[in-house]
Amino acid sequence: MAYTEEELKKELETKEYEYGFYTDIEAETFPNGLNEDIVRAISKKKEEPEWMTEWRLEAFRAWEKMEEPEWANVTYKKPSFQDISYYSAPKKKPEYESLDEVDPELLETFKKLGISIEEQKKLAGVAVDVVMDSVSVATTFKKTLAEKGIIFCSISEAIKEHPELVKKYIGTVVPQRDNFYAALNSAVFSDGSFCYIPKGVRCPMELSTYFRINQAGTGQFERTLVVADEGSYVSYLEGCTAPQRDENQLHAAVVELIALDDAEIKYSTVQNWFPGDKEGKGGVFNFVTKRGLCEKNAKISWTQVETGSAVTWKYPSCILKGDNSIGEFYSIAVTNNYQQADTGTKMIHIGKNTRSTIISKGISAGKSQNSYRGLVQVNRGAENARNFSQCDSLLMGNLCGAHTFPYIEAKNKTAQIEHEATTSKIGEDQIFYCNQRGIDTEKAIALIVNGFSKEVLNKLPMEFAVEAQKLLEISLEGSVG
Amino acid sequence: MDLKEKLVSSFMAFEGQIDVDAPVHEIRSEAIKVFEQKGFPTKKEESWKYTSLNALLKNDYTVFPKEESALQFQDVKKYFLHEIDSYKIVFVDGIYSSYLSETSHEGLDVCLMSAALSKPKYRLIIDNYFNKIAPKDDGLTALNTAFSREGAFINIPKGKVVEKPIQILHFSTGKESALMLQPRNLVVVGENAHVQIIERHQSLTENPVLTNSVTEIHANRNSIVDYYKIQNDAQTASLIDNTYIAQKKHSHASVHTFSLGGNITRNNLNFYHLDERIDSTLKGITIIGDKQHVDHSTLVHHAQPNCESHQDYKGIYADKSTGVFNGKVLVDKIAQKTNAFQQNNNILIDDRAVINTKPQLEIFADDVKCSHGCTIGQLDEEALFYLQSRGIPSKEARALLMYGFANNVLASVKIDEVKKRIKKLIAMKLNVNIGFEL
Repeated sequence: MAYTEEELKKELETKEYEYGFYTDIEAETFPNGLNEDIVRAISKKKEEPEWMTEWRLEAFRAWEKMEEPEWANVTYKKPSFQDISYYSAPKKKPEYESLDEVDPELLETFKKLGISIEEQKKLAGVAVDVVMDSVSVATTFKKTLAEKGIIFCSISEAIKEHPELVKKYIGTVVPQRDNFYAALNSAVFSDGSFCYIPKGVRCPMELSTYFRINQAGTGQFERTLVVADEGSYVSYLEGCTAPQRDENQLHAAVVELIALDDAEIKYSTVQNWFPGDKEGKGGVFNFVTKRGLCEKNAKISWTQVETGSAVTWKYPSCILKGDNSIGEFYSIAVTNNYQQADTGTKMIHIGKNTRSTIISKGISAGKSQNSYRGLVQVNRGAENARNFSQCDSLLMGNLCGAHTFPYIEAKNKTAQIEHEATTSKIGEDQIFYCNQRGIDTEKAIALIVNGFSKEVLNKLPMEFAVEAQKLLEISLEGSVG
Repeated sequence: MDLKEKLVSSFMAFEGQIDVDAPVHEIRSEAIKVFEQKGFPTKKEESWKYTSLNALLKNDYTVFPKEESALQFQDVKKYFLHEIDSYKIVFVDGIYSSYLSETSHEGLDVCLMSAALSKPKYRLIIDNYFNKIAPKDDGLTALNTAFSREGAFINIPKGKVVEKPIQILHFSTGKESALMLQPRNLVVVGENAHVQIIERHQSLTENPVLTNSVTEIHANRNSIVDYYKIQNDAQTASLIDNTYIAQKKHSHASVHTFSLGGNITRNNLNFYHLDERIDSTLKGITIIGDKQHVDHSTLVHHAQPNCESHQDYKGIYADKSTGVFNGKVLVDKIAQKTNAFQQNNNILIDDRAVINTKPQLEIFADDVKCSHGCTIGQLDEEALFYLQSRGIPSKEARALLMYGFANNVLASVKIDEVKKRIKKLIAMKLNVNIGFEL
């Protein structure tokens, strides 16, 4: 990376993230509500081929018959799906080669976000596919990637330009009728990212997408599809920000990862949607389906830092189908005030000699509820499957809760599974020690929390790690009793 | 007619056999309504995700055994802990067998639920303790409550240390082609009192038996309760055991469950803490094979500060057997300084064996020490090789290692005879004779 840590810190400091802002871009918004016509209209709007429209309709019909799941350890007022507008796109669809052509207001938003496209282009070597209210408006570094044969574009573009790839892989890992929110997403997804790494190619840079919800009343339904062909490698970063507003916003994304033989995908997320204010008013509902499929000798690694959203419902999973495949899950989930998080992972061992590691750190403060829910499943044929899980929870204050729901199912006698979980609080002696050395209590807590989360933070790419550390501090501000 | 309908309709017949003016009858009538509404649990319910009762509910069970069956002590002696002196409460096909029993009213009450429910002198105890901790909204427990008539009633007064253990045995003779039993036990342990109880269910034939048992245990201040459940039933016998324990200040309660046989065994074990400085122990050994199914579902509800709980369950699963462990530790907001420990270790011996485990923590207090650990693995090949290289045959070596694996649980058994009996059963189960005491 060309970035030095100092520069990054500086940039992150100016990244006024904590408060919401709202950019007034003329947007074209569909009327509220959802029916077959809306699905057709979205598809038409995106100039999609017939098979895609049919695919969406199939999902919509399945969704109509489904009921919203209630098993998660969260309580919230269910969104009314007929009061949401399912499509909103910046009207002036810019098709530009240089940044000068971009709507200046949009650039202003980026500046607030601290993305600074020019700088990133020059310094970080990160190609950014910025999704602004559902339509991809800026894609950089496409040319460099194209030289390697890497396809990195918005999913609607991919549907138009690489239909064979999309058709082959979309819905193979997360089928349309997988669950309530996945079905909804399949029916109405407006945009998202598509990434294809050809055989044997090692992606030279971290691919990154910034998502933003911008138009009042529009839910964001992103669809991400990452395909790593045989022997390839890609590291993908996903970061989320959302402006502050009153009514709850719905975010139901679907992420599908496909790692073919010997491929490796590293998927890192920093999620910091607006969590609601101190009274628990507002905030984003984050109901995400993320799943990856590993073929022979493939590896998928999920790393996530969850600090935002009023309600999080998210279980990045790995299906270890091929022999010798590896699945990893590293997660930090921080909840404060009235936030609720029910998050974890699923590791499905199907192939022989498959391995999985789960490290989950939950930090709850304020009046929040933080749950880990995980499944480790070893199927009959998965000989010598190996799993290690560790779930640690840290409680701050006596009004919050930490919960662990690990499901472990073993059907093969050669399986080796370990699971351990602890719950603890920050020791008074630890804080006293810091105070004694002139570190105030708030800083001391940040320090201890960072130490607690270190195992996961270490797995993040460098830019994200710095950002994530900052996020942890911001999220826990004011939680010192 | 399915079993649920049959049970609901036979409640009327049941009312003809009992005193409907007794105050407990109101509880029964309420309970049958709950059962009518809830019915039997299905796999759709989270706590029954891994255990299906469907196969069991197909049998046409006799709900009321018609007559007392006589059993010769010699025939059933081996099921008793006959080496030591003990009180005995024995039921044959759900009916009390005075011939096999040894009850007492001297300084303590070791007697029958039917007596406690009808005699005025027990009125106060029944009013205070009967159906007080069993949840009102659980279908199976409600079913038992509705038909509650017989079972063991144990009342240990203040300061009494019961000098010998109490054995509760349920035999089924197979006189009926299929039998459903619903024993209801109540154990009240007074302040500073100490009691040891051993419970066993045994079917003597191949005819299917389904037992839906409910036991309520009240451990008052400073009392010590030691409860052992020996489950080594016939392949056709199934057991749903619901045990509810309410503990008061400074009390110690421990339940050891040895699940070594039976068709489907479900242990619902629930501890409730009513005051501070309580100690709870839940331990279990499960060694099963064939198509057996054992499900341990535990709950420790830490509702008060400064309490401790220890859970340790070991399982060895062979053939096509299935093991389930669903442990739940709930720590309330006010239960600061709680120390909860939960451990579940499993070994799968054969390819078709399955283990599903879910050690669950729900914590609302911040100053607590809660941990759980769970493993699934195999016997250590190197340890096996070590033993074999010293001349111990493979089978015995495996058995030795399994003993070692389960020994943590055995170590806390306080009655030597129980310990010996369990070791013998384990040796039988593993089909070895090691030839020396472990």
